Amino acid sequence: MIDKRAASSDEAVADIFDGATVMVGGFGEAGSPIELIHALIDQGATDLTVVNNNTGSGEVGLAALIRAGRVSKMICSYPRTANSTVFPELYRSGRTALELVPQGTLAERIRAGGAGIPAFYTPTSVGTPLEEGKERRTFAHRDFVLEYGLSGDFALIKCRVADHHGNLLYNKTARNFSPIMAMAAAITIVQSGEVVAPGEIDPECVVTPGIFVDRIVTVSNPAQESQLVAQGASYP
Amino acid sequence: MTDTTPAIGLTRDEMARRVALDIPDGSYVNLGIGIPERVAAYLPEGREVIYHTENGLLGMGPSPELDEGDPELINAGKRRVTALEGASFFHHADSFAMIRGGHIDLCVLGALQVSQHGDLANWSTGESDAIPAVGGAMDLVAGVRTIYVVAQHCTRAGEPKLVEFCTYPLTGPAVVDRIYSDLAVIDVTSDGFQLVELAPGVDFAYVAQRTGAELLPLRGGSLRGDA
Repeated sequence: MIDKRAASSDEAVADIFDGATVMVGGFGEAGSPIELIHALIDQGATDLTVVNNNTGSGEVGLAALIRAGRVSKMICSYPRTANSTVFPELYRSGRTALELVPQGTLAERIRAGGAGIPAFYTPTSVGTPLEEGKERRTFAHRDFVLEYGLSGDFALIKCRVADHHGNLLYNKTARNFSPIMAMAAAITIVQSGEVVAPGEIDPECVVTPGIFVDRIVTVSNPAQESQLVAQGASYP
Repeated sequence: MTDTTPAIGLTRDEMARRVALDIPDGSYVNLGIGIPERVAAYLPEGREVIYHTENGLLGMGPSPELDEGDPELINAGKRRVTALEGASFFHHADSFAMIRGGHIDLCVLGALQVSQHGDLANWSTGESDAIPAVGGAMDLVAGVRTIYVVAQHCTRAGEPKLVEFCTYPLTGPAVVDRIYSDLAVIDVTSDGFQLVELAPGVDFAYVAQRTGAELLPLRGGSLRGDA
């Protein structure tokens, strides 16, 4: 019988190892799996490479993981956000490296990583500083750069409803990178507001099919990052 | 933010209104952060446009009242928005397939510099201690058919933003079609910057002086286009 429910966030993230590449869903606070990230902070894994569009805000969630010194490298498109002070400090002091990737290229690299495509050509970044060091090729009189697929050891994502098989529904624009990260990671760990029995989600409506999901934790009242930041919260 | 009336030329809201006049009925449009965001408020009556925000929504509506809305229903500037009837949500790879695949008709962006060849610089001033951040700008200019820039004609220090060659790092080469500034509407053509329209009370010499490359004068026709 297939049942991907884990007993707790702590249990779900227990095997994340030092040096792992961890894809973290979310665009700003929308879709950020704060409870799973906090469990990862408690768990202690370090020297992580983290893939996320941003670098978190305040001193909670992703920003707290970075602040705890666990992230040696960020792969992201926009590391500057309101209330984002943790990453800039560590970046300037050379303690966290940055691979800056245009947002659409980041998304397509993740999609490719999950779809078994090792590399692809894109017009994005041609003629800009972000093209540096990349192979260029011309198709039909237009220039493109070679980009590589990106996969992860783990993905941490948040959704609204999951069933025991791992079929997922998201909340509005909180979906963002999560479906493709679920595809691209070897182990995908999901925190879901609600977990239901198989059959309760209409197959026509499933956004992420369960094959891409490994572990599910129920987090019925997830914290909202902006609220924590407004309260001046700091984790741990 | 208050919109103080400048001594000469258009206010930021007047610039946004001027851009809105040129958005065709039925278009799929992506609006950048800043003045571009304001364009939606001025769409002329009788036109229907579908707004795309690259974080995963087609059919974006105006921001809700303060403290209302859903923190997980936001735009690319991470501001809370609404979803109109007929809206759809999708993941990032689909969202950028819409952009890169040429499905979005029009994008309105801000600019640090635009060259006479249509090169756009709008993501970095290249300062060594700055945190580089690009977001979706490079994908938008590479993939969207028509790129409009809306920006002040000059920087706060009075430097022209319209230049022969960009000195800031590029977002994309030869991508800008038209510029809407506080002083004028200017097309990027194979001959360079072509004046299309002057803001009320502004003359050609005033704009030309504040443009860092040759500006071709109006080619007959009315001073105010279809405005």
